[in-house]
Amino acid sequence: MSFSPNIVGFACQWCTYAGADLAGNLRCKYPPTVKLIKVPCSGRVKPEYVLQALAQGADGVLVGGCHFGDCHYKDGNYKTKHRMDLLTKLIADMGFDPRRLRLEWISGAEGQKFAKVITEFTEELIALGPNPLKKEEELINE
Amino acid sequence: MAKVGVYVCHCGSNIAGVIDVSAVRDFAESLPDVVIARKDLFMCSDSGQEMVKQDVRDGLVDRVVVAACTPRTHEPIFRAAIEKAGLNKYLFEMANIRDQASWVHGNDHEGATEKAKLVVASAVGKARHLQPLHDKFVDVTNAALVIGAGIGGISAALELANMGHKTYLVEKEPSIGGIMAQLDKTFPTNDCSACILTPMMVQAFNHPNIETLAYSEVADVDGYIGNFNVKVRQKQTYIDWKKCTGCGDCADKCPSKTPDLFNGSLSDRRAAYIMFPQAVPKKAVVDIEHCLNCAGRTIGTQPKINEKTGKAILAPCERACRAGAIDRSLPLDPGGTIKEIKVGSIVVTTGYQVMDKGWFKEMAPASPNVITALQLERLISATGPTGGKLLRPSDNEKPHTMTFVSCVGSRDVNFHTHCSRFCCMYMIKQARLLKEKYPDLVINMHFIDVRSAGKGYDEYYTGAREMGINFFKGKVGGLEILPGDQLRVLAYDMEAGQSIEYSSDLVILATAVELPPDATALAQKLGLQFCGNDFFRELHPKLGPVETAVAGLFIAGCCQGPKDIPDTVSQAKGAAAAAAVPLAQGRVKIEATISEIDSQKCSGCGICEPLCPYHAISMRDYTDRARGVIERHAVIEMSSCKGCGVCTSACPSAAIKLHGYEDEQIYAQIAALTA
Ligand SMILES: Cc1cc2nc3c(=O)[nH]c(=O)nc-3n(C[C@H](O)[C@H](O)[C@H](O)COP(=O)(O)OP(=O)(O)OC[C@H]3O[C@@H](n4cnc5c(N)ncnc54)[C@H](O)[C@@H]3O)c2cc1C
Ligand code: SF4
Ligand code: SF4
Ligand code: FES
Repeated sequence: MSFSPNIVGFACQWCTYAGADLAGNLRCKYPPTVKLIKVPCSGRVKPEYVLQALAQGADGVLVGGCHFGDCHYKDGNYKTKHRMDLLTKLIADMGFDPRRLRLEWISGAEGQKFAKVITEFTEELIALGPNPLKKEEELINE
Repeated sequence: MAKVGVYVCHCGSNIAGVIDVSAVRDFAESLPDVVIARKDLFMCSDSGQEMVKQDVRDGLVDRVVVAACTPRTHEPIFRAAIEKAGLNKYLFEMANIRDQASWVHGNDHEGATEKAKLVVASAVGKARHLQPLHDKFVDVTNAALVIGAGIGGISAALELANMGHKTYLVEKEPSIGGIMAQLDKTFPTNDCSACILTPMMVQAFNHPNIETLAYSEVADVDGYIGNFNVKVRQKQTYIDWKKCTGCGDCADKCPSKTPDLFNGSLSDRRAAYIMFPQAVPKKAVVDIEHCLNCAGRTIGTQPKINEKTGKAILAPCERACRAGAIDRSLPLDPGGTIKEIKVGSIVVTTGYQVMDKGWFKEMAPASPNVITALQLERLISATGPTGGKLLRPSDNEKPHTMTFVSCVGSRDVNFHTHCSRFCCMYMIKQARLLKEKYPDLVINMHFIDVRSAGKGYDEYYTGAREMGINFFKGKVGGLEILPGDQLRVLAYDMEAGQSIEYSSDLVILATAVELPPDATALAQKLGLQFCGNDFFRELHPKLGPVETAVAGLFIAGCCQGPKDIPDTVSQAKGAAAAAAVPLAQGRVKIEATISEIDSQKCSGCGICEPLCPYHAISMRDYTDRARGVIERHAVIEMSSCKGCGVCTSACPSAAIKLHGYEDEQIYAQIAALTA
């Protein structure tokens, strides 16, 4: 069977989560790889959550928030940007391809964009292959 | 141990047509702490809700997970249901398997089913860790703020005031009235704009419940629904409004000239000026940027003394004012004064601007005879620069042929993709008025198509066709300046299937409606969103057209999207009614999903304090008597916290808990999704 990546998504309830709902309303199609965890603001996403998801074998992590200037809590998304930029470097140091973490600004009006992002991310992760920790796990099990 | 009940919805065939609902139910049953898993055709129906309520009442479950559509619409319904059955309503979690699964994975039934299982497992994981929460209530300040006093703001303020609520009406210009005050007559009835607007301006200004703050801007907003603290900057007028009688003598004597923006810069005004004859309040201001400081009278300096007469040498404006309202010796603060007000709800009606012709290089913007439609309003208005005579700006001659160009900057990917909605109608209005007055005038109107969808509007348009006004379907490609200030119009006539070219004396551009540049700063102060849109975003395009993502903050009129006067007034009255709700209720709920600091865990590092966008966190010293030490830790002011969780994510001691989105709940979700 071909590899279907597992994406854990953290979605701000005001924008990206609403955008994902709109993708449904519009019946956009995208692969069933992403599962969203609703958070009040992308600023609620602790870097540790991303690390934890990768450590537990997620192939990719999506963090979705509002466009700059649109954060429901003024500037939570700027903080997210700083945190995720640092985190990208950190996970690279830990041996993960930094492309496994994706930060996207998707508004509640951008259903099509949500579908497009998931489709592209999925394709990228297929190219990257499974989370390297999963391979190690398999080796240990063998 | 939690007793979780899982209820999987078919949503008719919306979910069940793609997802194997039975398989999801079976899977749910196998999850830890799940005591019951059921399914139903429509979980939100009375019978579906009753099923959940019965299980709660029977004591079978104390945590509820519904796998169905989106919590954004249905969470409140199920929360209310379990609350009725006697369970704390926050012990509820939704798994979104319709909008985010069956609807988007219709081509992959197996994949959708597997995803639905994980999403349910995630919700169950969270539900196991849910804690009961309690809503709190605070009293509401019985007052409203309306920002922007065009016809929208005036209508909203009158409505609120008539309901008995104290209303502040803030307007950045020296007079209220907005763009409607600049219009000559109004479609579709052609009644004079000033005749219907001025009485309303006066009524609002004199209303006992309305406090008009003209020449003022919102400087800062904090707080939340029910209790907003607003700082209003009253700009420096340099003229004492308590004394100014609005006679205009200062303007008559002031020598400094600058383009009169109210007249579309088709004439000049003075540095000391009254905005327009029917201004309300009718008060003069000094536009200090264009003030010449005559007689060396910079603000806050003593006058020179005439050696012969021994009298002070005053500026012309000071001398002219018989009411003694102008005294340039006073140390007037150029920043004006700040007034602090408290309100329970806010309506934003800050309107729009029309694009400048300068953007459109192909439309010969350098020619004085190419003007915007708003300038034409001034040109045909009795209070305008020509006293209502149609004279072309280059030579003050009467035009023989004139041209209207629609959709300039609207419906155009290079500028704005939206339709500005009222241009077709006002162009037809202007053409009709001119044709009635000057039957010999040749009027050529170029439209992509005519949009006249309002009540009585299409009749107005067909009437115009019968009056001998020429309508062309097709775009104007460009204008060329000809000798004698004429313009060559290069257009296409789709009905004849050919290009046309002719010489015109005056060209009117219906330039696009857009937000003024200061709208962005205002939006940031208020927490209004654009979401990729050109205008302020409403909560829901159909069902929440006046609400916004910020509770207690409402929008109406052209700042929400282009609309004509009837629609602006209707929406403004709607927004006023919505804004009156919290005021009438007298108290509002404080969200339970806010952050709290565990002082035992807080190390007092202070990292969280500057992060809070609402300054809800402060560092306090506590004396620990038992240990005889002073300890420092952070506390959150409950009524200011909005529950974003920015602090929660940053605390290195994990001392901050965001209720409803706690660490262990989210870790449980991550674990479930990566199992
Ligand atoms: C050429 C032309 C002709 C038209 N003819 C007609 C017609 O015949 N019939 C018709 O129905 N409609 C007509 N319209 C449309 C009409 O102008 C609008 O429907 C109406 O003005 C919208 O009212 P509003 O209150 O939303 O906005 P505005 O009229 O723009 O009022 C907004 C007010 O808010 C103030 N403001 C802006 N920002 C701030 C801020 N940050 N702080 C404080 N105050 C602020 C502004 O100064 C202004 O006073 C015409 C429009 C144009 C351009
Ligand atoms: S000092 Fe008075 S009169 Fe002179 S330019 Fe300024 S406002 Fe006008
Ligand atoms: S969650 Fe924290 S940062 Fe956000 S509003 Fe509340 S106190 Fe401020
Ligand atoms: S509310 Fe969406 S990123 Fe802050």
